[in-house]
Amino acid sequence: MSDRYSFSLTTFSPTGKLVQIEYALNAVAQGVTSIGIKATNGVVIATEKKTASPLIDDSSLEKVANVCPNIGIVYSGMGPDFRVLLSRARKAAQKYKRVYNEYPPTNILVKEVASVMQEFTQRGGVRPFGVSLLIAGYDDNTGPALYQVDPSGSYWAWKASAIGKNMVNAKTFLEKRYNEEMELEDAVHTSILTLKEGFEGQMTENSIEIGIIGG
Amino acid sequence: MSALEYNGGAIVAMAGKNCVAIAADKRLGVQLMTVSMDFQKIFQATDKSFIGLPGLATDVQTLSELFRFKTNMYKLREEREIEPRTLAHMVSSTLYERRFSYYFAEPVIAGLDKNNQPFICSMDLIGCINFAKDFVVSGTSSRSLYGMCESLWEPDLEPEDLFETISQSLLNAVDRDCLAGWGAVVHVITPERVITRHLKTRMD
Repeated sequence: MSDRYSFSLTTFSPTGKLVQIEYALNAVAQGVTSIGIKATNGVVIATEKKTASPLIDDSSLEKVANVCPNIGIVYSGMGPDFRVLLSRARKAAQKYKRVYNEYPPTNILVKEVASVMQEFTQRGGVRPFGVSLLIAGYDDNTGPALYQVDPSGSYWAWKASAIGKNMVNAKTFLEKRYNEEMELEDAVHTSILTLKEGFEGQMTENSIEIGIIGG
Repeated sequence: MSALEYNGGAIVAMAGKNCVAIAADKRLGVQLMTVSMDFQKIFQATDKSFIGLPGLATDVQTLSELFRFKTNMYKLREEREIEPRTLAHMVSSTLYERRFSYYFAEPVIAGLDKNNQPFICSMDLIGCINFAKDFVVSGTSSRSLYGMCESLWEPDLEPEDLFETISQSLLNAVDRDCLAGWGAVVHVITPERVITRHLKTRMD
């Protein structure tokens, strides 16, 4: 029975694409917008907290999450897939700390998470994660850092970025507003403005979530 | 016969003013018989940090290769050199992994951190770190070394004075130990350079 599932869902198409990853990116593109902005003294990540019904207790929903004291994470896409990756990221951070007695620098943690996501595009019997992640962190050697990780497992660093439904407009908006000397306060303000651009419905303090690293 | 005394050896490290020094004897013996007079016990981990490994010679060599592997991988992954304090924790974790079939070595680490602040520490064979501000000792002559260091060390020694102090501490301690001696090497680490000197010692 199990050998029927030993082949991988991500097999190459004739054009050289992995269609499952393309579809995963579609799942991300349907997800609620998330923003990340790197400032001189920290990083801001933010997302809409869009609940299906006003009856949902949105205080119990955590979209912007802590990985370790110096790294935060937000996503666009499928919430349950995010929880799995968050759990892996937290465990990886603690594992690092057990060896070196300090939390990992952002780029090391990002490599770990990206490596997990890549694994799920090659191993048999699994599907890729339906999320893109924005990982924000601060470490003494490189300062503030913002990374995006995609379902394929590729990652790259941004000065400012958006993922999810409204990413194109949001990135255009950010291109105009962003400057290298931006401080944390300005970055928070800009991220709220960027979210507001594509917001469906009323934006209140309960319908957005903001994470701030640094300060 | 204890595994930690089979091959013999002694290591000491001291902190000075913006510098650290680490010194070791050069004897390799098989119990009472001396087999080599130039056995390396101090290994360079990064540009500004060293690990001294006294104890069972096979573990000295295995651990030095293992730490070279780990520090090389760290440098490739993190794109920077490992800090002395982080190195100490890494060494400690490595030793504790073998909590019940331990390596017979009690390392000493000395180095300057990224702000050129002195760092020294020692640990036992299962990885308990002893962070010290003044000096750390290890090996078959450790008791004599404690006595010598306690008498001779003073704070804020300049590199040249630190060299004299650590050399005299080592020499006079190993001279009372039949399992250590037969030559010595001293490394003095300053922000600008590392100076390595080989001492002329009693060859008995």
